[in-house]
Amino acid sequence: MGSITLKQVTKSFGTTEVIPPLNLEISDGEFVVFVGPSGCGKSTLLRLIAGLEDVTSGMIEINGVDATQTPPAKRGLAMVFQSYALYPHMSVRKNIAFPLKMAKLAPQDRDAKVEAAAAVLNLTDYLDRRPGQLSGGQRQRVAIGRAIVREPDAFLFDEPLSNLDAALRVNMRLEISELHQTLKTTMIYVTHDQVEAMTMADKIVVLQAGHIEQVGSPLELYHKPANQFVAGFIGSPKMNFVTGAHAQQMGAETIGFRPEHIAISQSGGTFNGIVGVSEHLGSDTFLRVNVEGMDSITVRADGEVALRHGDSVSLTPAPDKIYRFDKSGNAI
Amino acid sequence: MARSISRRRQVVVTLLAWAIGLAIFFPILWTILTSFKTEAEAIASPPSLFMFDWTLENYGEVQERSNYFRHFSNSVIISLGSTLLGLLIAIPAAWSMAFVPAKRTKDILMWMLSTKMLPPVGVLIPIYLLFRDTGLLDTRTGLVIVLTLVNLPIIIWMLFTYFREIPGEILEASRMDGAQLWDEIIYVLTPMAIPGIASTLLLNVILAWNEAFWTLNLTAAKAAPLTAFIASYSSPEGLFYAKLSAASTMAIAPILILGWFSQKQLVRGLTFGAVK
Repeated sequence: MGSITLKQVTKSFGTTEVIPPLNLEISDGEFVVFVGPSGCGKSTLLRLIAGLEDVTSGMIEINGVDATQTPPAKRGLAMVFQSYALYPHMSVRKNIAFPLKMAKLAPQDRDAKVEAAAAVLNLTDYLDRRPGQLSGGQRQRVAIGRAIVREPDAFLFDEPLSNLDAALRVNMRLEISELHQTLKTTMIYVTHDQVEAMTMADKIVVLQAGHIEQVGSPLELYHKPANQFVAGFIGSPKMNFVTGAHAQQMGAETIGFRPEHIAISQSGGTFNGIVGVSEHLGSDTFLRVNVEGMDSITVRADGEVALRHGDSVSLTPAPDKIYRFDKSGNAI
Repeated sequence: MARSISRRRQVVVTLLAWAIGLAIFFPILWTILTSFKTEAEAIASPPSLFMFDWTLENYGEVQERSNYFRHFSNSVIISLGSTLLGLLIAIPAAWSMAFVPAKRTKDILMWMLSTKMLPPVGVLIPIYLLFRDTGLLDTRTGLVIVLTLVNLPIIIWMLFTYFREIPGEILEASRMDGAQLWDEIIYVLTPMAIPGIASTLLLNVILAWNEAFWTLNLTAAKAAPLTAFIASYSSPEGLFYAKLSAASTMAIAPILILGWFSQKQLVRGLTFGAVK
């Protein structure tokens, strides 16, 4: 069991309100990702759920029971920190066994569970080393091992991959996803990386300035962004926004279209411009096209496109893939 | 690129360093040498550095006239006792100030430090009267209490500085792992702070061992530590230089040996907070 409900939760530091009243439901077994730019309150929200910060008002329910005043140790949640936060004076074995020791488990039961967790995470050969003797990826696995041994109701991940290099990050992302498939335990994952959010989540919670902009599955957010913020945040490269006459023709303050939904032609398109930068990735080509009188437009073309700096192009967004936003940024 | 230093400069600087080191060490060396002289040679003018009749008679006489081991055991009990009691109070205090700081934590720390700015003689009379009325005069308990209080600000400051270096996330991790407050202190905080606690302990044992003002003023015979033992050989007429030196040598020897073996910890303790 691992359902978590936030009811009218707020958090203030002194007179600054970092989280205005917020409601959220996380059901058992879900993989939920909190995503948003830095300083949006996503880590604070996670710490409120963990109990490491006290809520200013409102209620947090875990498995239907009010846990607002419950200390972190008694909430039945496990957390993986950005800095790993391993105990430097303990061996890997003792690090992983620590939550079991705190739960007053008999030493022989502890050993069995530690061995099992180490086997899952490929740490068996490193059990007697200290964290200082491990690489970043191995430390991260120890931190995960420490979280899984006690079979918590939910896992909380606070930007766990941001200290790893790019290749390792992709691997660990897959490992965490696989872990979720195996354990089927609720996971709440905080990141500022929308790719991590899109690839891992069952449900994404997009946050800005402490409030929820939109909650939905990755594809819901991609196809039906509730507002301009979500539209711009989800998707890579970022959605193009156009204001002015083009938008007014379509009855909107701003229109948006994604780089992958633009047709390129020699002439006769909606926007005519000149290629500024072209990035050739092999599988895709990214073009930054400078259009007179507006911001540059990013285009994503499949495969290799023979366009270079200075070439003239004409761009036409797919008509059914244009998003319209009103004055306050909400989708129309 | 490493800075290059000319050979000549290296020699000059090395010689200068040795000269300063010797100048600082000289009074101690002189004390030790004097302890092996006769009283007549000790006050001879001009004095001789090494060319004298080496004798151990001062040591024998000092041990005969006063009981070294009683003073020594008093010193051990008072310095260790006050340091351990101080740590017992200071660990939770420094913990709360380092990890759960409040609005006035900085002020409290400064206030603690400010108590060290008052000359001890300023509170001698009230403390003497308190000790007299409570029967603590010339007791080891009394000295343990007063030295604990005297050194507590330093112990708390040192520990506070060490604790501040421990990342808070590790303590939060232990809380998430189910550790209660005391589990957190015993299994996580203390082991990580052991080097800091060790150098705090050593430095404060030395401070308490050498503390003379309170130990001289609040003891007579029973609880007198080695500081009182030395003082008993200093007479205004200056007639017992050799015996005074022997007593001093015997008093500082244990702490010198302790300091020698724990140099590494001590250096860390003395430069605490200087570098991360």
